[in-house]
Amino acid sequence: MRVAGGQGFWGDWLEAPYRQVTGGPVDYLMMDYLAEVTMSILQKQKSRDPARGYATDFVTQMERILPTIVERGIKVTANAGGVNPRACAMAVAAVARKLGLNRKLTIGVVTGDDLLGRLNGLIARGHDLMNLDTRRPLHDVRDRVLSANAYLGAAPVVEALQRGAQVVITGRVTDTGLTLGPLMHAFGWPADAWDQIAAGTVAGHIIECGAQCSGGNCLHDWNRIPDLANVGYPIVEARADGSFDIVKHPHTGGRIDIASVTEQLVYEMGDPRAYITPDGVADFTTIQLHQVSKDRVRVSGVRGKPATDKLKVSVAYFYGYKAVGTLVYAWPDALEKAKAADRILRHRLDDLGLKFEAIHTEFVGADATHGPLALKDVDITAIPEVQLRVGVRARDEAPVDRFTREIAPLILNGPPSVTGFAGGRPKPEEIVAYWPALLDKRMVQPSVELIEA
Amino acid sequence: MKRQRRRLVDIAHARSGDKGDTANIGLIALKPKDYPLLVKQVTAARVARHFKGMIKGPVERFELPNLYALNFLLHGALDGGGTISLKTDAQGKVFSTALLRMEIEVKK
Repeated sequence: MRVAGGQGFWGDWLEAPYRQVTGGPVDYLMMDYLAEVTMSILQKQKSRDPARGYATDFVTQMERILPTIVERGIKVTANAGGVNPRACAMAVAAVARKLGLNRKLTIGVVTGDDLLGRLNGLIARGHDLMNLDTRRPLHDVRDRVLSANAYLGAAPVVEALQRGAQVVITGRVTDTGLTLGPLMHAFGWPADAWDQIAAGTVAGHIIECGAQCSGGNCLHDWNRIPDLANVGYPIVEARADGSFDIVKHPHTGGRIDIASVTEQLVYEMGDPRAYITPDGVADFTTIQLHQVSKDRVRVSGVRGKPATDKLKVSVAYFYGYKAVGTLVYAWPDALEKAKAADRILRHRLDDLGLKFEAIHTEFVGADATHGPLALKDVDITAIPEVQLRVGVRARDEAPVDRFTREIAPLILNGPPSVTGFAGGRPKPEEIVAYWPALLDKRMVQPSVELIEA
Repeated sequence: MKRQRRRLVDIAHARSGDKGDTANIGLIALKPKDYPLLVKQVTAARVARHFKGMIKGPVERFELPNLYALNFLLHGALDGGGTISLKTDAQGKVFSTALLRMEIEVKK
């Protein structure tokens, strides 16, 4: 039973899904497309055109791999449906027909996560969707909400597979649910087999970021990880007891070892004893890793606890505007020049009476990522160049727009040895912010529909 | 026994990510035998001091002895986080490497 990870985010390597279904035997291909911000972008597209609102790249990918997966009986789970899973399924069905695969493909569509049209009703019934970070009720930003989705778990994915779907297209199903669903279906794990549910969740977490567990973005021994140009994306080779191996296809690059898998396990981790999903609670302190052979790590011992009675809800809302301007200053005194330019710029913004929620300055090449920790260790006078990077944020567009006109003048009327402005004036950007909340599980009913191509 | 100061980059590897305005850092011992050193010396308080001026909230620490790893949550580390943040590292992707500059004491 092999589940292959094919996409770690919308924008991941276009070659990966094809390589995963052709490079060796797999039973399932799992593809994760949805980040928190993605849903609001898709909602905006759907409001302009009711036929849109899904990850269009997925359809292109399916066109390339459909003949192979139909021939080999490989099943696909993907949350590419975004805020319009049905339209996404229709587009895939059209592609299947174009390829002459009529009546050979059943597509499962999972919906029920979209709460945008239900928000007023939920709030009226006392579900205040309080922000988990700020403890404020959603009412505060209700008139600026752009999208609202509950995170569904593996259950509707399992249902779609049981009813015969070969391709399961979902909206906001958790990344881990796309892997756990196939495992529950294949092994017949009941929804309260908490240890197996936790194991399948850990498997999903390991492969949900694509090659980030198989040598990509791996700090450990990074410059000796072989052939990243040909990196092998991960495959979960699972057993009914919940233990599984992380492997990749032969003749691919990258590396799967305890270090690469551990780095992915701790990625975006909160309390390791309680990794909460709609399906259950996994305890990451019970995970045992064992290098079985080259590029094969065994994961066992995972223990789980019962699911909570809440679902996480992700709300996107309009927040305000921001812009970032950059200029590059060269040696000698590169950092001092950039600092002087920043002082002058701030003086001018102040004189103009512009009000910002935040002004943030970084000196890229000196302190942008490590702050003052870096400057202690560097001979500042030797730095060949520094990029001055100034960002501003405000609720209104006007001050942000005025800021974008204050960068270029510094080229002629500020400190010397300045370059790197070919990109022109920075553009004010709309900020869509993210509002995490919890909702009583009983308020959300996932729905599964089958479409024949 | 003589002791010397070593940077974490020589003893551990790390990866970080984000949850809203919180950055997480998973710090992993390169050799299992060095894990107790990390547990003893890389405390939440020490990490909070290391990042003084760079983070606005508290630091939490969790132990994963099974993975020879510590997980730190650095609250208020990302200027609002996600899309709000004006930082280059708005999602805390390389916060982990800044922790690897920390020095701890090891047996010579």
